[in-house]
Amino acid sequence: MKEVYMDNAATTPILPEVLEAMLPYLKDAYGNPQSLHQWGDEAREAIEAARGQVAALIGGRPEGIIFTASGSEANNFAIKGLAQAQQSKGKHIVISAIEHFSVLHSAKTLTKWGFEVTEVPVDKNGLVDPEEVAKNIRGDTILVSIMHANGEVGTIEPIAEIAKMVKKTGALFHTDAVATAGTIPVDVAELGVDALSLAANQFYGPKGVGALWLKKGTRIIPFIDGGVQEGGRRAGTENVPAIAGMGKAAELSQRDMSSRMSHLSRLRDRLIRGLASTIEHAILTGHPTQRLPGNASFCIQFIEGEAMLMLLSSKGVAASSGSACTSRALKASHVLTAMGIPAEIAQGSLLFTLGVNNSEQDVDYVLEVLPPIVDRLRQMSPLYAKFIKQQRGGR
Amino acid sequence: MPVYSEKVMDHFMNPRNVGEIENPDGVGEVGNPVCGDMMTFYIKVDDNRLSDVKFQTFGCGAAIAVSSIVSEMAKGKTLEEARKITPALVAEELQGLPKNKYHCSNLGAQALNKAIDDYLEKQGKKVKSKRRKKDEG
Repeated sequence: MKEVYMDNAATTPILPEVLEAMLPYLKDAYGNPQSLHQWGDEAREAIEAARGQVAALIGGRPEGIIFTASGSEANNFAIKGLAQAQQSKGKHIVISAIEHFSVLHSAKTLTKWGFEVTEVPVDKNGLVDPEEVAKNIRGDTILVSIMHANGEVGTIEPIAEIAKMVKKTGALFHTDAVATAGTIPVDVAELGVDALSLAANQFYGPKGVGALWLKKGTRIIPFIDGGVQEGGRRAGTENVPAIAGMGKAAELSQRDMSSRMSHLSRLRDRLIRGLASTIEHAILTGHPTQRLPGNASFCIQFIEGEAMLMLLSSKGVAASSGSACTSRALKASHVLTAMGIPAEIAQGSLLFTLGVNNSEQDVDYVLEVLPPIVDRLRQMSPLYAKFIKQQRGGR
Repeated sequence: MPVYSEKVMDHFMNPRNVGEIENPDGVGEVGNPVCGDMMTFYIKVDDNRLSDVKFQTFGCGAAIAVSSIVSEMAKGKTLEEARKITPALVAEELQGLPKNKYHCSNLGAQALNKAIDDYLEKQGKKVKSKRRKKDEG
């Protein structure tokens, strides 16, 4: 059976060159980077090389990079660590309603620690309005965190504009760039941010490694106390193979970015156009133009996401959904909800996230297998039956 | 994707008794699209027995499999026997359901019961109207 992986927002595969870059550190170069002998030197050099590669990807100084164990850790570190370091100035934080759970839940934890959090809304396309952010900044606001792009609906936020607003107030500005770093150009100076999170498994690096970049002079409370690793800000023996892999993945992403972007946006547009022409009552979610190159997210009306995923999986296609039934908590995606999408339509959430390994044939295969799946589930759906009856009645 | 039993997968991939019965003797609709699942059961009753059962379901894999197995379990049973199809029995018949999908088995049993209620209510009305006709006659 044909296999089509279109769940790259969950994780990208590891590129062969990345795996090659990791292997020595899983084999003979097993030293601890803190050790004072040749094994240690070899491992330390690998980490410092990776730091340079990751810094180059986002236009930052290598010293600004702190390696973490994931994008989620980087976000936790940023939200909690920056807030704690600033709390003598104030205890108010501004985030958006569509942040990743690692930001949302970190902010929730802060409220238990006596901080106040304001969530700014988004419009129907998932866009944050910079004016809305500015309006919610108060005298005691110490930190603003707005994601660079939302991986679920693909909307890219006007971070540079928001950063300008935030800068005037003296609050710190963090952006979760997990969905964008390595995928579209990310330059910390152009964006004008003080802190930025990224994760390797979003750009063909390994899982279990991410990074937080901090602008020079930005104070943060260490997330893991212990030894002197990562300048004493993130203790624990470094995951050398994963960090080396992240470095290589960053280098390749920087090198191939424009060709990847044009490849992905071509496939994305083919999928979006094809789906719109073959499936009725399918709504594109997220911004129509300000969106990630590989993101094709929809709500297919009258049917439910998990059922679609199961039937797609039986045809070898991997996708994802933000429907309530696919979440363990049985709650519809907070992103779709924040965009004002009604619960019954959010139930039909279907997300394809394309990657460099996808081809036009993959897109055409999805466009071939999906319509019968949708049809089959609609034939079963009482909502669709009602809709058809209403339409007939209306004529 | 949740880990479903072979039986759930079978009933999801090849659901039995999907559709609508024309002029059903009873209809039971439960759930609503806002909470995620919605099931409609249609029944045909002959001689106090469910001679036909069909369903329409808007929901996840488990909801579809539950509807299918409930329709299969109910078909041919007397109304009293069909009333004894509990959520626990449905889950057991499906070789278990993931914990967070257990509510789907409630919905299936509820929808069937509601269709039977509807049938009995209609019967009551029919009986009444027949009587009235007799009285009038």
